[in-house]
Amino acid sequence: MKLLLKGGRVVDPAASRDGEFDVLIEDGHVARVGKGLPVDGAGVLELKPGWIVTPGLIDIHVHLREPGQEHKETIATGTASAVAGGFTAVACMPNTDPVNDHPGVTELILRRAAEANLARVYPIGAVSLASRGEQMAELGAQTAAGCVAFTDDGRPVATALLMRRALEYAGMLGVPIVNHCEDPSLKGDGVAHEGFHAARLGLRGIPGAAESIMVERDIALAELTGGAYHVCHMSARQSLRAVRDAKARGVTNVTCEVAPHHFVLTDESLEIPIRYDTNVKMNPPLREAADRDAMLEGIADGTVDVIATDHAPHHADEKLVEFDRAPFGIVGLETCVPLVFDRLVHAGRIGVRRAIELLSVNPARVFRLPGGSIAEGAAADITILAPDAAVTIRARELRSKSKNTPFDGWQLKGAVAATIVGGRVVYRNEAL
Amino acid sequence: MPQVMDADRMARALTRIAHEIVERNRGTSELALVGIRTRGVPLARRIAHALKHITGEDVPTGTLDITLYRDDLMRHAVGPQPVVRRTDIAFSIDDRRILLVDDVLYTGRTIRSALDALIDFGRPRSIQLIVLVDRGHRELPIKADYVGKNLPTSTRQSVQVRLQEIDGEDEVRLDDAPQEAA
Amino acid sequence: MLKSRHLLGIADLAPEEIAAILDTAEAMTEIAARPIKKVPTLRGRTVVNLFFEPSTRTRTSFEVAEKRLSADTLSVAVAQSSVTKGETLLDTVRNLEAMAPDMIVMRHASSGAPHLLARLCRSAIINAGDGMHEHPTQALLDAFTIRAHKGRLDGLKVAIVGDLLHSRVLRSNVQLLNKMGAEVWACGPPTLMPADLPRFGVRATTAIDEAVDGADVVMMLRIQHERMHGHFIPSTREYFTLFGLTPARAARAKPDVIIMHPGPMNRGVEIDSDVADGPYSVILEQVANGVAVRMAVLYLLAGQDAVTD
Repeated sequence: MKLLLKGGRVVDPAASRDGEFDVLIEDGHVARVGKGLPVDGAGVLELKPGWIVTPGLIDIHVHLREPGQEHKETIATGTASAVAGGFTAVACMPNTDPVNDHPGVTELILRRAAEANLARVYPIGAVSLASRGEQMAELGAQTAAGCVAFTDDGRPVATALLMRRALEYAGMLGVPIVNHCEDPSLKGDGVAHEGFHAARLGLRGIPGAAESIMVERDIALAELTGGAYHVCHMSARQSLRAVRDAKARGVTNVTCEVAPHHFVLTDESLEIPIRYDTNVKMNPPLREAADRDAMLEGIADGTVDVIATDHAPHHADEKLVEFDRAPFGIVGLETCVPLVFDRLVHAGRIGVRRAIELLSVNPARVFRLPGGSIAEGAAADITILAPDAAVTIRARELRSKSKNTPFDGWQLKGAVAATIVGGRVVYRNEAL
Repeated sequence: MPQVMDADRMARALTRIAHEIVERNRGTSELALVGIRTRGVPLARRIAHALKHITGEDVPTGTLDITLYRDDLMRHAVGPQPVVRRTDIAFSIDDRRILLVDDVLYTGRTIRSALDALIDFGRPRSIQLIVLVDRGHRELPIKADYVGKNLPTSTRQSVQVRLQEIDGEDEVRLDDAPQEAA
Repeated sequence: MLKSRHLLGIADLAPEEIAAILDTAEAMTEIAARPIKKVPTLRGRTVVNLFFEPSTRTRTSFEVAEKRLSADTLSVAVAQSSVTKGETLLDTVRNLEAMAPDMIVMRHASSGAPHLLARLCRSAIINAGDGMHEHPTQALLDAFTIRAHKGRLDGLKVAIVGDLLHSRVLRSNVQLLNKMGAEVWACGPPTLMPADLPRFGVRATTAIDEAVDGADVVMMLRIQHERMHGHFIPSTREYFTLFGLTPARAARAKPDVIIMHPGPMNRGVEIDSDVADGPYSVILEQVANGVAVRMAVLYLLAGQDAVTD
């Protein structure tokens, strides 16, 4: 099976390539990248002016909810949402039911992903049994079964000692530890960022320091052990400063990610446009303008390695309750590309090359995944983007099973034209 | 000319009414005046003053706000909720002969509301009605016992009573404009 | 006169609307003095008092107000058990809608619950206290009480002392007093202050003497014993030493100061009994004024109801 991508601008930072090239795909692999390639019996995908061909986007922070919470999302619907969002691969979090702390669950996830046959799925396993923080899970068996990293996400890794041991042990296995940084005593029963808006609305607050003090703790442990360490969903400016300082000191085994909502929205959204909108409730919470601006700076200056969505689907019934009682989280797979292009690239904060690094090159590097480049001989995981296409986000039309997004109705510039996994076009944007 | 009563005629009408009150009730014992807000209130005071002048007796006077008793509240879009003011009846109305005072008698619904309100205050011996102007078009079986002036009108016209205490001058006007329910 | 068909908070009221409520309440006070304490105004209207948090004072105050306006009232005390069993607010309200209540008066432990209710159901909603957010009728009756003694609200120095962080009475009062031109001082331990307190439009201090000095009104807020957990205060004894309203401290206020408290009081914790029962205390008047103020709110909102139908 031959497919020729003709007439697009190929942006491949890992290969230092940015220009008009054709890409020939054969039997699921990239056969050739060059100018003016002959058609020679291949199916042709004619790219429109302005479209960009990039290595497949990879989202390393996604909650697929299967097993156990299939009313919110399944691996089938989640991977359909992923490819509609331009992602050829996702790494899925272990806070399912049961928690993915055992190869049986890892194997189930991989089987379901194979059945869905859309985006690749790389399971992230739990650091501890049931993520309770008491007993390390069998990280070796889990790695052999297919896990690419470990976290107790949903919760922080409970103690400094467990984090230390996990970093050492996972270091032996060559996989990173990912942490949801949050000091439980400072977080308490908070539901929103501790600031003026939460105070005015009478909502219990979570200070930025709850996140940053654990980032600082973990950086110290990463330096102590040399293990690969990744901060997930960073939101506070103090956290960013700690990572920036560490990198400036020469620390190379610490990486971090930011989700789109943390560089687009602030805690003002608690009150505007509507008060107590549970689609604005997530953990870590939306913080002040200074924090959002710090995330934007970090994305531009290289401190931030990855943009990952923290896609967290919840059923509508679960969100139609009092703010206190609503579960944390919003979906993100299908809103990521429009937000990145509209708010970062078109806003002049970063170029297309940097956007692809954040969405493809670096995720692959941090989790040591295949991908991140359109290399000849590599699997043909390719995303085709239409950066100038106008998009209106419509929650109702999302392919995810859940529609909990604060971006409903937003008009943005930047769309996915097509998504190709292993040489197959698994998503085609009919509107373009 | 729209003016149908000037200050002079109004004063004489009120004086005449005061004399009629004394005659019909054989004195002022057990009498009490209750003015219906807004313009019934100064009228009631003027009548009390006239009665004092005639008989030397003080007749207790109170004010009644009937807003909360209206039958047209919350039935249709009357616009913003009517403003409620204080009712002030500092004496017991039990066994008294109450003289209810209002400026204009029209459909009779205001008086019906006032009767409902008064009954909640006690059990008067009798209630008589004094109005400065009776303009006809009753919708309920209500009649005035003392009338300053009978004024035939059409429903397309409006009667405006202006009083020194509230409007700065005394007069009664008849204008060709639809009147909103007072 | 009131722009919204709900009363969710002081945040949504303009100064003119606040004045209209207070003026109407003025007229309503007289009804309590009549032999028959009833007017027919809300006859045929159904009002449901939906209380998810226990409350005797506010609930009975609303009940009396509703009955004095001749409304049909129904008080539902939602047991904690049905909440823990998982019945959602949505389901509770759907069950009530069978009665087609014209108005629902709700008290709930979650901030924002009345706002959710207003989106979910057709009735007009009156917020009788939501979590830490607002308690608008309390602030209105407090303002009514102040106005009755001082003749005005603007230009007065009002000191509010206590657990500011968790207090919906504080949030409602601060907004109302600011809108009406008063100068508000908020005082309490730093552990019990909301984030960014000065941005609320108050002078914030941890020194009670500074707050009470020359005050026209001193309002004491309840401090719960539970605040010793969570490390907010070490003990109620120390709290009283540093923040309690003693006669000596009260004497620093203006000679005609009025002392207020939304109730229920913890004597000897936030306020000395001698002050609570003393000549400057208007605490019992606040309770009496509550009925008139709530009657005014019910009257003004009931009119909205018909207009929008």
